[in-house]
Amino acid sequence: MTVQMVAFAVKRLVSAVLVLFAVSILTFLIFVAIPNGDPALRLAGRTATASDIAAVRHTYGFDLPVWQQYLKTMGEVLSGNIQSYTQHVSVFSQIERGFPATLSLALGAAIIWMVLGIVFGLIGALRAGKASDVTITTASFIGISAPAFVVGAVLLYFLAFKLKIFPNGGYVPITQDPVSWFTHLLLPWFTMSILYIGIYAQVLRSGVLEVLDADSVRTARAKGLSPTRVLLKHVLRLSLIPIISLWGLDLAAVVGGATVIVEVVFNLNGIGQYLQQSVGALDVPPVLTLTLLGAFFVVLANAVVDVVYALLDPRIRS
Amino acid sequence: MSATDLDERPAPEPVSVPGAAEGASPLQLALRRLRSNKVALVATVVFLVVVVLCLLAPVYSAHIAHTGPNNNHLSDQVRVGGKLTDVVSVDGIPIGPTWHSRFLLGADTNGRDIAVRLLYGGRNSLEIGVIATLITLVGALVLGVAAGYFRGWTDTLISRALDLIWAFPALILGIALGVSLALGGISIGPLHLKGGSLLVPAFVIGVVYIPYVARPLRGEVLTLREREFVDAARILGFGRLRIILREILPNLASTLLVFGALQLAQSITLEAALSFLGAGVQAPNSSWGTMLSGAVQLVTTSPHLTLAPGLMLVIAVLSVNLIGDGLRAAFDPRASVRRGR
Repeated sequence: MTVQMVAFAVKRLVSAVLVLFAVSILTFLIFVAIPNGDPALRLAGRTATASDIAAVRHTYGFDLPVWQQYLKTMGEVLSGNIQSYTQHVSVFSQIERGFPATLSLALGAAIIWMVLGIVFGLIGALRAGKASDVTITTASFIGISAPAFVVGAVLLYFLAFKLKIFPNGGYVPITQDPVSWFTHLLLPWFTMSILYIGIYAQVLRSGVLEVLDADSVRTARAKGLSPTRVLLKHVLRLSLIPIISLWGLDLAAVVGGATVIVEVVFNLNGIGQYLQQSVGALDVPPVLTLTLLGAFFVVLANAVVDVVYALLDPRIRS
Repeated sequence: MSATDLDERPAPEPVSVPGAAEGASPLQLALRRLRSNKVALVATVVFLVVVVLCLLAPVYSAHIAHTGPNNNHLSDQVRVGGKLTDVVSVDGIPIGPTWHSRFLLGADTNGRDIAVRLLYGGRNSLEIGVIATLITLVGALVLGVAAGYFRGWTDTLISRALDLIWAFPALILGIALGVSLALGGISIGPLHLKGGSLLVPAFVIGVVYIPYVARPLRGEVLTLREREFVDAARILGFGRLRIILREILPNLASTLLVFGALQLAQSITLEAALSFLGAGVQAPNSSWGTMLSGAVQLVTTSPHLTLAPGLMLVIAVLSVNLIGDGLRAAFDPRASVRRGR
């Protein structure tokens, strides 16, 4: 690590913090400055009198200037004290409760889609134009086009309900029963991965096809290296770089809440399902906190990916 | 090539190359490639069939199913295989596909005809998808061209604003905007969208995807503005607006077309996801997503509630994706895969 490198990393992280600051303002405005969305009316209930509403408005600080409300809300988020409107429980305690399920789902799915994406992408590139390539491309398109809630529901119906091979939804903590944890997550993992497998296979396929024509690969072949060695040492190494950065960003988005649909279909009770329940109840604090959390993961992953890239390729640093 | 030629620009392409397609414009060449792409052609036919079926929803509703999309038939009976059957059983389980004119694809838990709702819901899904795509394309075009052509602080401002939207996972930003706008709607200048309007999810989806299209457009404009024909127009004294409209925009047409198709697929999918989660289309309106939202919990007793809208959604999105891929291959055979998060 050179001084230059450290300077780049610091610069990148500072800009990430600035983006997050802007993100927090935008998120706050989305929920607070919306016309007719007065949260006091909802909090006070259907039979509230004007004085009830005024009381609620004062207790929650809705009568403060917008910038003060922003500071108050962000203070609550950062100190972890933010409370939900409807259940009056700490939002972070709910997030903590759901996190193991969401993380299990996200990490397992990310590993599956990475491995299968690479395998199918390689097969597709090496057999370009042949039957196996056409099959993989077709399957990729179906995978990209099939929404998770349709795939998940169909899998649940046939494999869990009809054939009873898998449990019918739910989450079991790994600390409680690792085998049961695994069997409960297998269908959700697959459902979550199917979109990304399709994308990664296609990205890698076109990447490998491009690299196969590169000078370095031609040189390696001319040196008389075996085709397998050329493939693993030269082709794969070059074409994996974009895939790895993609993986970092997608994993961040998934941990940051993109698991919501799969969690709902399989009733996994993670962060995503908490988000969905809060959406249903129009409960602003959890939705606001989870939106910020999602952006936090994406911005952080973006910065990390940029720094790793700069480590690998000195040209980017300038 | 002699030494004096070295710093001259390459000679313009000859008008006709012997053996090549005579006088064919890039558009004609692309259409020719597209026409030989069987998959894209089949996909186009399939998508048109879906669109026409959805447009014919009122005809189907009035003359075949004899019921509307929001008519409940909780206590009705229907003749299946010669005997009368409850539309919704005493246990609350709706009838499955009858494969007859009434309740062709079965009923939902309110005794509403699934086939009728599927067509009406499809109109909403497709309408939202198309409007969202137009919002994305127009927004991305204005921002991408402005940032790429004017550069400087305009570019900085626009790029930072796009970064901001980009910082959210698309689904999460869609949920956040969808939830907050579903209540009160939104006013943008003279335009006012009511809370329950279909235009709200269309607006949300359209905005969420703007950076995904604006960024590549900006990049393209950055290179286009340095090209010889733009220099020539500048030297001829043409104004900025004329250069943008006459020189830059026509060169973005094929990119926009390809993005348009792929974006339509993404928008339909996001609409379904948002509606599935309750942050998209609001009752009493329906879409494929809203039909699916209650259905997943009932998949064990009434799989048709999931399969009917689910299959329609997959067919529609798949065909649009294949059309988009065909367009991409036709207009830019060397381009690689693109996507949103």
